[in-house]
Amino acid sequence: MLSAKERGGFSFDNVLRNDHLESKGYAMPKPVKTGTTIAGVVFADGIVLGADTRATSGSTVFEKFCEKIHYIAPNIYCCGAGTSADTESSTGLISSQLELHRLATGRESRVATSLTMLKRMLFRYQGHVSAALVLGGVDLNGPHLYTVYPHGSTDRLPYVTMGSGSLAAMAVFECGYKDDMSLDYAKQLVYKGISAGIYNDLGSGGNVDLCIIKRGSTEYLRGYATENARKYRRPAGYAFAPGTTAVLSSKFTRPLKEIAVVEEVVAAEAGMEGAATPATGEMDTTT
Amino acid sequence: MDALGLLRPGASVSGLPAAHTPGAATGFALGDHAGRAQAAPAAEPGVVASTASGPLQRRFQPYQNNGGTVLAVAGKGFCVVASDTRLGLGYSIPSRKVSRILKMTDKVVLASSGMQADMLTLHKTLRMRLVQYQQTHQKHMSLTAASQMLSNMLYTRRFFPYYTFNVLGGIDENGEGWAYGYDAIGSHEKVSAVCSGTGQTLIQPVLDNQIEFKQQWGAPKVDLSLEATVELIRDAFTSAGERDIYTGDFVEICKITKDGVDVEEFQLKLD
Repeated sequence: MLSAKERGGFSFDNVLRNDHLESKGYAMPKPVKTGTTIAGVVFADGIVLGADTRATSGSTVFEKFCEKIHYIAPNIYCCGAGTSADTESSTGLISSQLELHRLATGRESRVATSLTMLKRMLFRYQGHVSAALVLGGVDLNGPHLYTVYPHGSTDRLPYVTMGSGSLAAMAVFECGYKDDMSLDYAKQLVYKGISAGIYNDLGSGGNVDLCIIKRGSTEYLRGYATENARKYRRPAGYAFAPGTTAVLSSKFTRPLKEIAVVEEVVAAEAGMEGAATPATGEMDTTT
Repeated sequence: MDALGLLRPGASVSGLPAAHTPGAATGFALGDHAGRAQAAPAAEPGVVASTASGPLQRRFQPYQNNGGTVLAVAGKGFCVVASDTRLGLGYSIPSRKVSRILKMTDKVVLASSGMQADMLTLHKTLRMRLVQYQQTHQKHMSLTAASQMLSNMLYTRRFFPYYTFNVLGGIDENGEGWAYGYDAIGSHEKVSAVCSGTGQTLIQPVLDNQIEFKQQWGAPKVDLSLEATVELIRDAFTSAGERDIYTGDFVEICKITKDGVDVEEFQLKLD
């Protein structure tokens, strides 16, 4: 029999073993879920997508500035709610298949193509791939906005919301949506919808990200609203004198002479510099 | 034996052993998930045991967790008791401003997290007992007496406990500040700093390190001033609010000194 690596797709090798372990009281690790607010609207010239930036694991905030609007194609983006590994890998998989399709055909990807690929994949896995998506894009047939549910069903609507904050966001959309909105009005509406999720749903929080897709241009507004930065820090800070962590014993071992390769030392230093850059660099990334 | 019988768990096939080790997965019927027969997962709250077609037993679920973080830090001649004011339920915020704090006397303050309904009942009963004590003995209850009364009241409900996690703080008869930490059924301990509730795992280690200088070798153990203690508490709650979804909105900080209780309100994030 072919191994999962040769066959492609998921590996189910450990399913029986894990069921056995679970019956013996060894719990499975908990996946990170994006208890999320994601939304999208169709406006006069295209699509506005929006998302919050909180990822949770149970009641713990796992990531405060995560990216939930995923790239599918230059003219198509997709917001993901659910298990973050599932949303990231399913959008990534379809994105890469579309890239190859574009190279083969030399034509712009269509939203309907990405929709069909996503729903076929999700249906095949019968809801076990828990990805709830808001898919939006503009192609030769104009703007398109869809929701995709984890079992593979889809809706095509002028304004949509998904995730645990979907009711809060939909309340705002039901109140404020109009046909043929201007860009400014549409951005404001999506911002208000996502904010309603951020403030009223405990699974959502952090910043508002927006993505505006028009014919021939895409604008990704990472950190469109950043109202939830930390409000207080202790003025005194936390300083620890050298030696606060006790050194119980120390032993110095000389490196083996054979391993001292000059190129590796240079590469290691370059790597160190990269690592020393604070993670805050990711926060203000605007694409 | 029919064709499907071969696939059922524990089914015997002639020439093969009838069953393997008890509990081990032997096979499964079509449409079953492997291992379901051994361990039926709890499908929803209140359902004790269920299989695809078997009987359902539903049970009374008397408890819910409304979250919240409470803490008490004692210092030289003062004690600070603090609590956030968010009332959480699942992924919702029923209220952003509920007080979890009971001012028992001018020198004793209680903060309770856990289930809001039980907290309200506990506080109501405590208030009643405080008035009775005052009118019987013509004096306010001391910190030690209050701490013991709370323990007794919790232990009374040993087999149907109040789902509350309490911290008590105040000034004793000698003018010294103390904090008391409790479990839900009355076990308690007199300490210098304690934190309970959904942010406990985030804040308690910081208090151990900053108040009791745990894990700091050779560091001088200095007593924090009241203002420094309050700054630490503001920072601890801000950090807990960043990572615990049930902690947020506001913090009520009660500074207890010989002059009485001063309450400060401190803003946390609303998301």
